[in-house]
Amino acid sequence: MSQETLSEITQSILLGEGEDTVRLTQELLAADVEPMTIIRDGLMPGMNLVGDKFATGEYFLPDLIIAADCMKDAMNLLEPELVKREQAFQSAGVVVLGTVKGDIHEIGKSLVGTLLSANGFKVHDLGVDVETKDFIEKVKQTGAELVGLSALLTTTMVKQREVIQSLQEAGIRDRVKVLVGGAPVTKSWAEDIGADGFAEDAMGAVKIARSLMNA
Amino acid sequence: MTQKIASISKPKLSVNVLTQEEIEQIHEATLHVIEDVGVSFPSKEALDILEAHGAQVDRESMIAKIKGDIVMEYLAKAPPTYTLAARDPELDLPLDGEHSYLGTDGCGVEVLDAFTGERRRSSKADLMDAARVADYLEAISFHWVPISAQDTPPESRSLHELEAVWKVSKKHVQTESIVNKREMKAAIEMAAVLAGGKDALRERPILSIMQCTFSPLGHDGGSLEAGLEAARAGLPIGYMTMASAGANAPITLAGDLVVGNAEVIAALALMQMEAPGCPVYYAAAQTSTDMRTGAYTGGGPEDFLFGAATNLLADFYKVPLSMGAFATGAKEPDWQAAFDNTMSAFMAVSTLSDMLLGAGLLYGSRILSYEMMLMDAEIWDMLVNLFKGIVVNDETLALDVIKSVGHSGNYLGQRHTRKHMRERWMPKLIDRRPYNQWEAEKDGAREWARQKAQEILDTYHPEPLDPAMDDELMRIILAEELSD
Repeated sequence: MSQETLSEITQSILLGEGEDTVRLTQELLAADVEPMTIIRDGLMPGMNLVGDKFATGEYFLPDLIIAADCMKDAMNLLEPELVKREQAFQSAGVVVLGTVKGDIHEIGKSLVGTLLSANGFKVHDLGVDVETKDFIEKVKQTGAELVGLSALLTTTMVKQREVIQSLQEAGIRDRVKVLVGGAPVTKSWAEDIGADGFAEDAMGAVKIARSLMNA
Repeated sequence: MTQKIASISKPKLSVNVLTQEEIEQIHEATLHVIEDVGVSFPSKEALDILEAHGAQVDRESMIAKIKGDIVMEYLAKAPPTYTLAARDPELDLPLDGEHSYLGTDGCGVEVLDAFTGERRRSSKADLMDAARVADYLEAISFHWVPISAQDTPPESRSLHELEAVWKVSKKHVQTESIVNKREMKAAIEMAAVLAGGKDALRERPILSIMQCTFSPLGHDGGSLEAGLEAARAGLPIGYMTMASAGANAPITLAGDLVVGNAEVIAALALMQMEAPGCPVYYAAAQTSTDMRTGAYTGGGPEDFLFGAATNLLADFYKVPLSMGAFATGAKEPDWQAAFDNTMSAFMAVSTLSDMLLGAGLLYGSRILSYEMMLMDAEIWDMLVNLFKGIVVNDETLALDVIKSVGHSGNYLGQRHTRKHMRERWMPKLIDRRPYNQWEAEKDGAREWARQKAQEILDTYHPEPLDPAMDDELMRIILAEELSD
């Protein structure tokens, strides 16, 4: 029964049927199936299939985002169970993400967050118009290995430099890799301000994040 | 030397993109959205004005819901026609619903050097060069700030940008880079210096203002307050939606139009509430999003359709339109750029969009290319000719010359041909040379465009701005930099 249900969970992720994902997850939890098993043999295969289809161009971003939402709904049920068992789902890395102070643009940043989550990163998205000190605080609080900074205006882009300087002043610059992005952000800007990486779109962000984690 | 401007007037071609019924459906849907879902106005000043004029305002969420009657009542106060003044009255641009004018695009962050081809971050000096070339080109009727003066302080950057363009051109300037009240006040002061006082400026606005909305269904607080300041001073003010199908607007095009429409007409109504009768305009650069990557399309059938459809809405509301056109997503002035820019410009002019933005930038308005600017000017020139259409009258039916040439000979030596031959289009960059000549030289549009740009930069020196006036402008900028 549970093997079949696990396959159904995988299917629900593939088709983006979040209500089914949640219902089936609850069924399995009630049947005392281990949360790690549900993740490893139900949810992750689904996300991997979605990832493959996205890579071949069969699936587009909305497919990916909807699938990630289904996964998130299921994880909301599973996380407390993991905590109870003193287990943790191994993430590809912890990321603090946000749009810098003075800037309210969020789509690109949110897309990066979704794609990073879909690729196994634990993302703390601070939203928009984020104070420089709040980035620093969150990094300290979460032990994040990556910080992603987004800006859409040349006048707010300068805050990306400020965050990097603040990380230096806080003595934690060497503990994180800083990724910058946004329409006016260029490679030369990223180099000038001492960022560790720069991406021009969400997929590029995932690639860079992965390579920075492996560096 | 009198400068000329090549606008398109009374085009003989038009495109039917939406029926009257469809326009009304979009309008009704828009009013429903503004009334039911509301529009976000994250500015206390804006909310106060809206509330005082009958809008239902939620101070926490900063969303205003406005009844359709109220929106239309205030929109009706907007003047349907007015003139964008230039410091040289010969270069004035009447927005009379019968003209299309091309402006430069903005606001890029990099420039491809005209001489070395090097790609670098844009500076104030680059901006002056770009505006100088735009001043030279007949195709360009007005300026947007084409590139950001990134070597100037962020808090006064938009003011430096104005000073830079005013130093090299008397054409009308429309700035899209002032996004807060403080800088707007200073810009108005600067414009008043050049116009001869605040009243003279109101009478003949040599500066107009463009603000971007914040999709979906919203605005930026600073942009609202800057706009209100402009409206009070009598500067033409427009709000531009860039609602992007699938990203910050519905994936379906009609829905995208509705979202953008709600943002724009709600803002224009706000301007009228604050300064009834102030000159305003609809602005739009709706687009689609590539669903595979999230990329901005920068051209494609959706963009082209929006380009034609939007003026039908602007006409419905009886206000002029500033339409995104040209502005290819291509990274080089290549086949993609030519395709994007020709189609988008054609569609925008086909429904008589008043202002087209704009020429000269690559990669989704990010990189200034002199080659592209010259090539865009050529595209515009071709369109000026295209939209003249086919004129049918006795002279053009040419029966006399048809009879006299008859069945042998040709028309090359005919007086009728000589009389009208300069009405035929003559390209500067399109290559019509024989194959072998091309093969021997292997040059073409890009090289010629680059050479022309270099020639303009080397030899074209417009009358400089009066130093006393320039000093005044710099004094205002400095005051901004030293304050707070």
